Amino acid sequence: MNKILIDLQHISKSFDGQMVLDDLNLYIRENEFLTLLGPSGCGKTTTLRILGGFETPDQGKVIFDGADITKMPPNKRQLNTVFQKYALFTHMTIAENIAFGLKIKNKPKTYIDDKIKYALKLVNLEGYENRMPDSLSGGQQQRIAIARAIVNEPKVLLLDEPLGALDLKLRQDMQYELIRLKNELGITFIYVTHDQEEALTMSDTIVVMNQGYIQQIGSPEKIYNEPENAFVADFIGDSNIIGGTMIEDKLVEIFGTKFPCVDTGFGHNKPVDVVIRPEDVILSSPVNGKLKGIVTHLIFKGVHYEMEVTANGYEWLVHSTGMFPVGTEVGIDVDPYNIQIMNKPASEDEEAAKIDE
Amino acid sequence: MIKNTAKKIYVFLIFVFLYAPIATLIVLSFNASKTRAKWGGFTLKWYIALFKNDDILQALFNTLAIALIASLVATVVGTIACIAIMNLKKRSRTVVMGITNIPMLNADIVTGISLMLLFISMGLRFGFGTILLSHITFCIPYVILSVMPRMKQLNPSTFEAALDLGAGPIYGFFKVVFPDILPGVLSGFLMAFTMSLDDFIITHFTKGAGVDTLSTKIYTEVKKGIKPEMYALSTIIFVTVLILLLLVNKAPADKKQEA
Amino acid sequence: MNSTKKKLLGTPYFIWSAIFIVVPLCMVFYYGLTDKSGAFTMENILSIATPEHSKALWLALLLSLISTVICLLLAYPLAMILCKMNVNQHSFIVLIFILPMWMNFLLRTLAWQTLLEKTGVINSILTFLHLPTLNIINTPYAIVLGMVYNFLPFMVLPIYNALSKIDVNVINAARDLGANELQVFLKVTLPLTVPGIISGITMVFIPALTTFVISNLLGGSKILLIGNVVEQEFTQASNWHLGSGLSIVLMLFIILNMVISAVFDKDGEGSVL
Repeated sequence: MNKILIDLQHISKSFDGQMVLDDLNLYIRENEFLTLLGPSGCGKTTTLRILGGFETPDQGKVIFDGADITKMPPNKRQLNTVFQKYALFTHMTIAENIAFGLKIKNKPKTYIDDKIKYALKLVNLEGYENRMPDSLSGGQQQRIAIARAIVNEPKVLLLDEPLGALDLKLRQDMQYELIRLKNELGITFIYVTHDQEEALTMSDTIVVMNQGYIQQIGSPEKIYNEPENAFVADFIGDSNIIGGTMIEDKLVEIFGTKFPCVDTGFGHNKPVDVVIRPEDVILSSPVNGKLKGIVTHLIFKGVHYEMEVTANGYEWLVHSTGMFPVGTEVGIDVDPYNIQIMNKPASEDEEAAKIDE
Repeated sequence: MIKNTAKKIYVFLIFVFLYAPIATLIVLSFNASKTRAKWGGFTLKWYIALFKNDDILQALFNTLAIALIASLVATVVGTIACIAIMNLKKRSRTVVMGITNIPMLNADIVTGISLMLLFISMGLRFGFGTILLSHITFCIPYVILSVMPRMKQLNPSTFEAALDLGAGPIYGFFKVVFPDILPGVLSGFLMAFTMSLDDFIITHFTKGAGVDTLSTKIYTEVKKGIKPEMYALSTIIFVTVLILLLLVNKAPADKKQEA
Repeated sequence: MNSTKKKLLGTPYFIWSAIFIVVPLCMVFYYGLTDKSGAFTMENILSIATPEHSKALWLALLLSLISTVICLLLAYPLAMILCKMNVNQHSFIVLIFILPMWMNFLLRTLAWQTLLEKTGVINSILTFLHLPTLNIINTPYAIVLGMVYNFLPFMVLPIYNALSKIDVNVINAARDLGANELQVFLKVTLPLTVPGIISGITMVFIPALTTFVISNLLGGSKILLIGNVVEQEFTQASNWHLGSGLSIVLMLFIILNMVISAVFDKDGEGSVL
C-alpha cells in the first residue's frame, strides 16, 4: 500500500446557510486513481474545489503530504486542476497556454519548449503549438487542458468532470487515454463525475457521495457487487431493490418465497433490502423458476435484451442474452451469490435523504 | 427588388437627416462670409484664425483634458467596481446597479443642478475641478454598463485555472481576465470619452466663471453669433475622429480575412 | 482571492457613488422641500400648478411625447433593415450613430437654424423644386425636429441590439409552425424587442422632456419648456428652492419611467451599449 498523500479531516462547508459537506473524512493515497461519484449537488465538486484551494472549508483541515494546507491559496499548491469546460485562455496559443504555469515559475526557455513538446506528445497533439484554442475540437481542447496542468509536474491532478462535454465515443476513448496518462505520469488522480460507468472503468477507488455525506468507499467491484445501501445500489447501475425478510443466515424471503444467499449476520426475521442486478436474474420456463411472472416489455439493447417481468406485483428489470416475447410466462431464479442483502435504513427520514436526487 | 430599393432609400434618408447638419457645419467652416446665412466663397482663413484664437484653444484644451482624465479615471474605477459588483449578493447587486443607473436615466439637468448644490454646500470653488468631478461621475456608469456584460460572459474557471497554474491574483487578472474583458473596457472608455466631450448641460451647471469648455463657450456665443473658427475646429475634430475610426475599423477586418 | 476581498475592490466606487450620486439627489430633495429659511414647505413643488409653470410642463410633455413616438416609428423599421442588411459588424452600426456626437451637440443643433431658415438650405431646395416653403424655425415644430434629430440614435441602438440578439432559429421555428411574416413580427419579433423599445423610449423621452437647450436654440426665446424654467431659476433667478422643487416634479416622471422599464426589462437587456 502506498502512503497517504492527502487527508481530509472533518470537513464541513455550507453556502448561504445550506450545508454542502457535513463532517467529511477521506484520505487519498499516493498514485491512486480516486473518483468522487454522485448526483449533482452531492458535494463532490465542492470537495474538489477545497482540495484545489478555490474554497475554504468552514471547519476541518486539509493535510497534504503531512502539512496543513487548508488556508493555502491555489497558486501555492502542488496540485493542478483540469476544469469542467477546459477554461483554456482563448487569447493565447496552445503553446502559450501550456507554458503559462512554467513562465510564472521562471523556467528557462529551452526547458519550457521541451516541456511543451513532451506534453503535446503525451496527449497526442504534436505540432499544435501555434494553433488557437478556438480552432480545436472539444476533445482536443480537453487534451490541451490536461497538458497545461501536467507540465507543472503536480503531485496530484484534480479533474472536474473533464469528459462531461464530449460525445459518447470520444468519452470512451478519453477514458482509456486518461488511464494510460496516469500510468505514464505515476501521479495521483482525483476525478469528479456523475457518470457511474466512467467511475467504474477508470478508478482504483470510488467514493460515492450524496447530500454532503460519503455513502460508500471501495474498489469498483466492491461498490458494484456489494452496495452498502439502497442509494449506492440504485445509483451504480440498474438494480432491482426489493423489500424482503432475512429468515436466518444465508436464507432470505422475497414475496413469500425463500431464496438461499451468502450473507450472514443480519439476525433472524429482520426486514432487509435485497439487491439483485438485472443481469443476475435468470429467466426460464415457469416450472423451473422460484417465482412466476409475465414479460411486459421487451427492448433490444445491442449487447443484451432488456425485459420487464411482472411477478407478484413487482416489476423486475432483467438483462439477458436470451429473449422472451411480451406476454410469455416465465420463471424467475437468482443464484445465491448474486443476492446482495442490505440493512433497511433506520428511519424514513434517512431513507428519504439517501434516495432523494 | 422594389422593396429592397425602398429600404435603401429609407436608410439613406435617415442618414441624410443625421449627417445634414454636420455637412452644413463643414461647409460653413469654408465660408468666407462671416454670417452663416449666406455663402461668401471658399476660404481657409478661419482655420488659420483658429490657431491664433487663444480663447478657443484654451477651451479645447479644457475639453480634451477633462474628457481624457474623466474617462481614464472612470475606466479604472468602473472596471474594478465591476469585479466587486459581480461578487455581491443578488440584493446588494440590484441596489448598486440601481444607483449606477441613476446618472444614465436621470435627466442631465437634474444631475447638473444636484451636483451644483453639492459643490456649493461643500464650499468648493467652481472651475476645472468641479467639472472634472461631475464628468467622472457620469462617465463611470458607461464603463460599468459596458464592462459588466463581458464580465458575466467570463468563464469563472479561467481565472481559477490561472491561479491553479501558479499565478498570483493580480498577475492572473491581467494575464487572463483582462484580455477577455478588454473590448468592453475599451468601448466603455470610448463611450465615456465621447459623452464627456459632447456634454453641455452638466458642465453648464458645474463650471465656474472664467473656465470654459467648447460646449459652454459655444453656448455663450449663441446670442452674439458663433465665431466661424468654431466651425473650423469642429470640422477638424470630426474629420480626425472619422479617419481614426475608419482606420480602427479597417484593421480588425483585415485580420479576419487573414485567419 | 476570495469573494470578500473582491467585494472590497468596489469600495472606491461605492464611496464615490454615495457622495456624487446619492447625496446630491438628497440635496435636491432637501432644497425642494424647504424655503429660504430652511423650514419645510410644499410650496416649491406645488408651484408647478401656477399657469406659467404648468403650461411649460404640458408643452414639454406634449413635445417630448410626440418626439418619442416619431423616434420609435422611424427607428424600428430602420433597426430591422440594418439588422437584415448583413452588416455583421455590430460595432460599425453603433459607430455610425455615435459619430455625430463628435461634432458638438450645440453646433449640430444650431446647424438646423441654417437649414431651416426662411432663406435657408432646405427652403432654397424647395423653392428650386417649385414646392411650398417650410417655415417652422422658432416654432414648436422645430423643437420637435431638434429632439428627434438629437435623440434618434438612442432609440435606434437599443432596438437594433435587441433585434440582433434574436436567434434566427426562433424566427425560423415560428415560420415552420405556420406563422406568416406579419404574425412572426407581432408574436415573436416585437415581444422579444420590448426591452429594447422600453429602453429606447426612456433614452429619448427623459432628455426630451427636460431639455432647455433645444428649445432655446430652435424655438426662439419665446417658447418656454419646463427645462427652461428650471434652468432660469438656477442661473438667473438664483431661486434654488423653487428650481429644486420643480426638479422633483421632473423626477417623478423619471421615476415613473424607471419603474415601467424595470417591469419590462428585468435583466437590463435593453441597454444601449
